Amino acid sequence: MSLAYYPGCTLKTKAKNLEEPAIASMEVLGSRLEEIPRWNCCGAVYSLADDDLIHQVAPVRNLIRVKEQGKNEVVTLCSFCLNTLKRANLLMKEDAEKRGTLNSFMDEEIDYGGEVEVVHLLEVLKDQVGWEALAQKVKLPLRGLRVAPYYGCTLLRPREVAIDDVEKPTILQELLEAVGATPVDFPEFAECCGSYQIVSSPDDIPKYAWHILNSALTHGAEALVLTCPLCDYNLGQGQKELMKKHDGFDGVPLFYFTQLLALALGLGPQVCHFELNYGEPELLLREKNLLPRVEAL
Amino acid sequence: MSVKENNKNPAETMVKEKKRLAVKLIPVHIMGKRYEVPEGLTIMKAMEYAGYRFIRGCGCRGGTCGACGTVYRKPGDYKLQVALACQKTVEPDMYVAQIPFFPANRAEYKFTELTSASEEVFGLYPELFRCVACNACTKACPQGIQVMDAIAALKQGDISEAALLSFDCIQCGLCTSRCLGELAQYHMFQLARRIYGARILSRAEHLAEMVKAVEEGEYEEALEKLKGMNEEELKKAYQEREVEPVSAGEDWRPKDKRYL
Repeated sequence: MSLAYYPGCTLKTKAKNLEEPAIASMEVLGSRLEEIPRWNCCGAVYSLADDDLIHQVAPVRNLIRVKEQGKNEVVTLCSFCLNTLKRANLLMKEDAEKRGTLNSFMDEEIDYGGEVEVVHLLEVLKDQVGWEALAQKVKLPLRGLRVAPYYGCTLLRPREVAIDDVEKPTILQELLEAVGATPVDFPEFAECCGSYQIVSSPDDIPKYAWHILNSALTHGAEALVLTCPLCDYNLGQGQKELMKKHDGFDGVPLFYFTQLLALALGLGPQVCHFELNYGEPELLLREKNLLPRVEAL
Repeated sequence: MSVKENNKNPAETMVKEKKRLAVKLIPVHIMGKRYEVPEGLTIMKAMEYAGYRFIRGCGCRGGTCGACGTVYRKPGDYKLQVALACQKTVEPDMYVAQIPFFPANRAEYKFTELTSASEEVFGLYPELFRCVACNACTKACPQGIQVMDAIAALKQGDISEAALLSFDCIQCGLCTSRCLGELAQYHMFQLARRIYGARILSRAEHLAEMVKAVEEGEYEEALEKLKGMNEEELKKAYQEREVEPVSAGEDWRPKDKRYL
């Protein structure tokens, strides 16, 4: 089975450790993530201004690329891309006037009316692969690994584009269970990481990060699993500073969900690229016997 | 002015001459003024016919230097069209304006210090991320380059793809003149092609070998021999040289293999 796949710019530069394990895992699971041709930036953030239609052009153009392929579904990995594409799609489905304006502005493209469904890979795993089928393919169950599922904002908000129950999502927990890890619930699962405030108020980000990371640790997690490169950056890059500030905090590994998936499917560190992660994940994995031990160098 | 009153009027002589040559005149609007110009002329020649004299906005006259970027519209069509003035022939009623130069920021860099990392482009041209994918650049490219796709490639850190997509760019600047995000696409592409050529493409080893052979004087003797010939001898040598037949296959080799 081949799935139309929208990567997003960050996955091609800073977040290869989100993309590569996803592509390899899907192959093991019998699906090919096929990158759509001529894709553009998704727009990064969905524009909320009512009359700011120009910022809908980029996401809609990507959806047109999917339609051109004769596909009616596109898979994303990055929470922000999912959010931006899905909301632009909703606009094209529901607002006839804006749909008309956008189609007429892009008169070099085929008309678009929301024919494509935007889905997240987590949804594909749940609805198309199935947790049981996935569990059967697991070669290295992540036994004893206690992971806090961190959803952040854009997978769940606003409600009309949420991939799961907004108040009580379970999809990441279900994935963790399918790959043999132990999900650790914590109340900050959907707290904002600070998002693009990192650009305008970088000094505020460690506060948010500490609030989230400390809560996960207090509830017994050894690592967090997430889906978004911006969450990863905000929760990861300041950890060294947080270690100096908070006695007893030694940092906490952050995993992309695709890395834990690939590891459990037996794909190993060459595919997972743990070297790009924050918080020394390999140390933890070795401790849990989930990585081949490195012989004395 | 009366042509009828004075048969010696030079304008009438000119009209007669044009009739004799059976040249059909067509109306075009150059910089907003109407002229009648012979059909079949390029925009550039039509402008010269109308009295313009180029000291800028004209270079190779062969479609490769990018000096004569031109925009035009036809009545009743909202689409803005683009062309190179030296390549496009005039069409009746077209409204033409040349844009020989468009201000564009070109980043300063020391090329020897640049790597092939995508961050090099991001750092020198951060305005790259102002692109909203409106595609006006692509529509404005007289070379038919997918400008927006090449910009997307740069954003994705794919310098090679940007270099290959923009290979035909002649730096006319029309993309830049139309950009909503105020990007200087053609300067960014030049940087991409430089990085691609110097840092990404594998080195052509045979070129280094050839340069070494030249430096070691392998061709000195043959060159001296040529330099010593008079005109007649040169002509004879040229005419008698061994030429690869049109139908030669890939395994064709000359009889004289001294310089292979």
